[in-house]
Amino acid sequence: MRRPIRSFTVLLLLLAFVLAACQRAQPTPTPAPAAQPSPTPAAAASPTPAAQPTPQAQVTKPTDPIGVLEIKPGEPIVLAWMLTVSGGTAQLGEDSKRGIEIAIEDLGGELLGHKIELVGEDSGCNPEGGQAAATRLAANPRIVAIVGSSCSSEARVGAPIIDQAGLVMVSPSNTAPDLTDPAKHVDAYLRVAHNDKVQGRVAAEFVVNKLGLKRVATIHDGSLYAEQLANVFAENVQKLGGTVVAQEAVSPEDTDMRPVLTRIATQQPELIYYPIFNPAGSYITLQAKEISGLENVKLMSADGLLEPQTVQNAGQAAVGLYLSGPDLTVLGPKYQEFVQKYQQKYGTKPVAGFHAHAYDATMMIVEAIKKVAVQAPDGTLYIPRKALREALYQTKNFSGLTGNLTCDQYGDCADPKIAVYEVFSTDTAGWPDSAIRKIYP
Amino acid sequence: MTIAAPHRFTGGRRIDISQLIVWTIGGILLAIVLLGSILTLRAGHYTAAQWRDFVVFGIAQGAIYALIALGYTMVYGVLRMINFAHGEVFMSGAMTTFFLADYLNRSGFLKAHPWISLVAMLLFSGLVSMTVAVLVERIAYRPLRGAPRLVPLITAVGASFFLQYTFRGLFGSGVRAYPAIPVLQGKLWVFQKTQIAVFVGVLITLALLVLFLQRTRAGLAIRAVAEDREAAALMGVDVDRAIVTTFAVGGFMAGIAGVLYALVFVQVQFFMGFLPGIKAFTAAVLGGIGNLPGAAVGGLVLGVIESIGPSLFFDGYGIRAAHQLKDVIAFTILVLILIFRPTGLLGERLGGEERV
Amino acid sequence: MIVHAARRAIFIGLVAGIAGWHLSLVGLIPAFAQRRLVGDALTFSYALLVALLALAAYATGRRYPGAVQRIPWGILSALLSSLMLFLLALLVTHLNLRQILLNATPELARVLTFGGGASGAGLVRLLLIGLLAGLFAGGLSALPRPWGRVIVSAALMTLLLGLLRDVLGPLLPQVVTSFLYGTAGLSLAGALVTFLLAAVLFTLRWSLRAKAVTARATAAVPATLRQPVTQALLLLILASVPLWAGLFLSNVADFVGFYILMGLGLNLVLGFAGLLDLGYVAFFAVGAYTMAVLTSPEVGQRFTLDFWIALPIAIVTTVLAGLLVGLPVLRMRGDYLAIATLGFGEIVRLLVLSDWLKPYLGGAQGVTRIGRPSIASWRIDSPQEFYLLVLLSCLFAWFLSVRLRDSRLGRSWFAIREDEHVAQAMGINRVTAKLSAFAIGASFGGLSGALFASLVGSVVPASFSLLVSINVVAVLVLGGMGSLPGVVVGALALVGLPELLREFQEYRLLVYGIVLIAMMLFRPAGLLPERIHRRELEEAVEEAREIAPAEIATGRG
Repeated sequence: MRRPIRSFTVLLLLLAFVLAACQRAQPTPTPAPAAQPSPTPAAAASPTPAAQPTPQAQVTKPTDPIGVLEIKPGEPIVLAWMLTVSGGTAQLGEDSKRGIEIAIEDLGGELLGHKIELVGEDSGCNPEGGQAAATRLAANPRIVAIVGSSCSSEARVGAPIIDQAGLVMVSPSNTAPDLTDPAKHVDAYLRVAHNDKVQGRVAAEFVVNKLGLKRVATIHDGSLYAEQLANVFAENVQKLGGTVVAQEAVSPEDTDMRPVLTRIATQQPELIYYPIFNPAGSYITLQAKEISGLENVKLMSADGLLEPQTVQNAGQAAVGLYLSGPDLTVLGPKYQEFVQKYQQKYGTKPVAGFHAHAYDATMMIVEAIKKVAVQAPDGTLYIPRKALREALYQTKNFSGLTGNLTCDQYGDCADPKIAVYEVFSTDTAGWPDSAIRKIYP
Repeated sequence: MTIAAPHRFTGGRRIDISQLIVWTIGGILLAIVLLGSILTLRAGHYTAAQWRDFVVFGIAQGAIYALIALGYTMVYGVLRMINFAHGEVFMSGAMTTFFLADYLNRSGFLKAHPWISLVAMLLFSGLVSMTVAVLVERIAYRPLRGAPRLVPLITAVGASFFLQYTFRGLFGSGVRAYPAIPVLQGKLWVFQKTQIAVFVGVLITLALLVLFLQRTRAGLAIRAVAEDREAAALMGVDVDRAIVTTFAVGGFMAGIAGVLYALVFVQVQFFMGFLPGIKAFTAAVLGGIGNLPGAAVGGLVLGVIESIGPSLFFDGYGIRAAHQLKDVIAFTILVLILIFRPTGLLGERLGGEERV
Repeated sequence: MIVHAARRAIFIGLVAGIAGWHLSLVGLIPAFAQRRLVGDALTFSYALLVALLALAAYATGRRYPGAVQRIPWGILSALLSSLMLFLLALLVTHLNLRQILLNATPELARVLTFGGGASGAGLVRLLLIGLLAGLFAGGLSALPRPWGRVIVSAALMTLLLGLLRDVLGPLLPQVVTSFLYGTAGLSLAGALVTFLLAAVLFTLRWSLRAKAVTARATAAVPATLRQPVTQALLLLILASVPLWAGLFLSNVADFVGFYILMGLGLNLVLGFAGLLDLGYVAFFAVGAYTMAVLTSPEVGQRFTLDFWIALPIAIVTTVLAGLLVGLPVLRMRGDYLAIATLGFGEIVRLLVLSDWLKPYLGGAQGVTRIGRPSIASWRIDSPQEFYLLVLLSCLFAWFLSVRLRDSRLGRSWFAIREDEHVAQAMGINRVTAKLSAFAIGASFGGLSGALFASLVGSVVPASFSLLVSINVVAVLVLGGMGSLPGVVVGALALVGLPELLREFQEYRLLVYGIVLIAMMLFRPAGLLPERIHRRELEEAVEEAREIAPAEIATGRG
């Protein structure tokens, strides 16, 4: 029985040795960004060094506090997506993914002489999925930038992991205010979707001013998005003189919402606002009118349910449902052109609300890469990571499909246009026009 | 299987400290629940009609648990094993029948002959689930009969994954919604018509099951095998056949439960079997595993407690979103029953005394 | 007469055909039509199909006596399976099944017929391949014992190397990589060399083992592993992983480490004491959440502790949790114990998920900004650095397990596992023994959870689902209940391999289910079984096989 002890001691010594080696191998601690003279976008911007064949190749390699990505000739530029493409929320993520694919197609599949390769991870619209997907993406050193995530919960746990890996992410559809809250924002995170401070306000204005309803109840599903949107909505309703009679929660796996709805019914609300996802959202739509006391209640949800599944799953019960979400009807001809491409490529009209945002996110990243990338004479491309982030934050008046995007220091880039739609038919064949219509503003 | 040790052999009847602690914890839980109920009732947020509604929802949910639980209980009674894949058997019927329902709906047959369609759907779903259950028994359980108990438990878990992800691969991970059946829309007195359909469906199925077990030779064989497998074999009962029949009958009922579930909840997906499966097992344990009426009672009790419990127990304390805790209640009941009354509410039957 | 003799061949052929239908329709075969393994022609889909046909032929061949019978019957069953595959291709092409079956696409028909399409050309191609596969595998089954295995193992090795191109490519020296691998998968020359090398290695191993048979037939660990020199070398390799493995592999290694820790912990409870705990994830969760609450500024009392202070607290908390779970279930055994512990596991997850405890535990959104350990000025941050911490913990747990196994307590656990009543009658205190198993076992899980929380930086309730518990049980089952090396092998196979083969993510749990069932059917004692346990299982299964026919006979008589 001596042997385990002896080998254990040997091992400890070995470990100590490796630890020491490791510590030396550590990169120098990250200094404050300002201290390090990194190639500012302006310096590397206009005429890329590759344009003039300079003899000294090594001079062009930039330095960067969080690392420089080196792409050899013939190697692709790797972009990644981190979206929910399975389960009840699949349409939300799939829609955004298609936006990215069209953007890459529009670029001809190439950028600065390198092919663009798209990789991705399913993030499942929950924190755990976001954690797993972010961990995996963070472990892939070839990735330049990430378009994602779909749901705010994914970003809350995913963004710090991405941040630590030195990557950067631009979300097409996260809307929770927390993510760009000055106290909680992480450096690697930007988004082109609206902040729910706006969506919650518009929804409240619609309910109180347009519908004239005063007693509302909210339901969230524990997700960051739903909880915060429900709270913003409730605050705004109160500001406008309404009352919030109940604030309830369900979990995404629940199927029987009747007990919760019955609890809500005891407070006699005129409208229930449940900004959650499918399938839980459809269960509420289906079961609400069955509850005694809720026969005449109005139902309202938000962009999480703005997809044909909502109508397909709930059928006749969905008619009359209000949905807030990005206003795609006011977008210009460029958007119409995009929709045509979408329809050609996938044989259907866009299936959720955030395809154009994903397109814009991709293009914004591409612009930033163009600004900071340094090309060596042999075709090797260097992308300094910190500089890439800074370039993204400096995006100004970027003309995208969803409007003119300007990023603030906390990563909010959207040009928010919110509308409220009403479901008027169960025919989803010609989504969105055959089933929903814009009624506000 | 040969050592039939008496259950209560604990090396002396003195109460040891560990048991004292367990009983204390149980007492505290009971006190919390009672106090909560009193507080809630005194606050009086809910009208009598709402309490009644809670019970109605609970019974509808519980009736479905009961049907699934019967499958667990029968298999346990006969084989002394937990068929972990039973929830997936339930799912397979509901998922597959969606396509039949969709087809009937598109062709207009569903509107024209709703009752025939409904019966066709129930039978189809029952047959699909039955096939799946029998296949699972043949492939994953039969070769391992007699192996240590952990072994079939592991294959059951394996079969459960296999079935879930097979269905996901075949039909996709999305959620499918059953078409609405026009004659079942709306209310009759305080009940939804779908709820009534579920009660009636469950009652008829139960009656048929009892008839089958009491009045047919196959039913007799099942009961004989449940009582004592070796003796039954010696008396000329075909044990393998009795076991297959058990799985087939359990599977058929799970399939029927699948369609009834879809009537009430409309949406189905590949993962839908997991939670009802565990709940149904809880129901079976609650009623006394191996005991058929027990499974039915257990299902209903569990359904009602789940529906009424969060409001009744926790509202008085002002706990936020108490409804989220309904599964905590279900699992706590499961654990408490196993600790304090492992034979369930109605006691174990169908099988003999031994429980290892 | 000939029909009777052909029955087995036909049956296996049909079963393999149905398996082919299943794999095709769940999408496993069409999904990897572009995934090249060797050269430009052999894709993963084709490899799967050929393997299926060959397996049918091999399995058939083995049921017939003599080479003269084995080869033709093998070919027959392979041909039959090919015909079934062609039938599916026909169906998919001519009927529109896509409304129901997601994967019934024309693309599937193309893949199934090896590019020939559902036409005469496709049929000819498919039958030809069936014939070749049958000939090859039938031949294999006719070869004397070691050779068939050597060839199959070498072929599998080659395919695995092809699959792992993206992982291994960057690690190997440039020269090797460019020789072995083409633009995707192995190059032809690379494949050939790999195959030959692997064949030589397996032959060597076989002959070594044949020699060892006389000495120690059933040694769980090859004798060479027992020498101190080999041990030291192994440790050196293990400890040097972060130096050569890179970010991705280190990350995978960390996760494997977490499962090894949990596996070792559950091994005390399940493997040694025979108590089936299906709620082991509860301890993992308690460890993780204790770490989270104590070191994150987001929840609870808004104070933060250092990692090194939080770690022992987390472990002590899990030990208490272990006692809390252990106490009420003291009297339960078998299935009842499994279900009760499963209930505990779910209760823990549901409680951390609830809004009610949100101010303290973060609710559905979990807790982020969890502290990382630092030693003096060195902050352990990256997966590579973390690996050392994980490795150290695993070794410590291993060491403790070995000592416990050979201790008085370990013996009493074994006794309880074998027969609780007899053990009690022999004077073993059941309460102490069981509770200590639960408590010590839990502490390993807590340690694993605390490290996990700190590495990932966030904990969310969904990470602590029942699946984790089942995973850990499966790790034990795969490796061999009670066997310590088995835990490592199990964790590598069930956690490491799926992470490496990430493109198969979607099919991971499907394959997982198949592996669990197949393991139990064909090798219930696990890959590296512990001696006593294996003997028991074999006896039990043997007994069952003897009883079963007798039962049928009496039943029919």
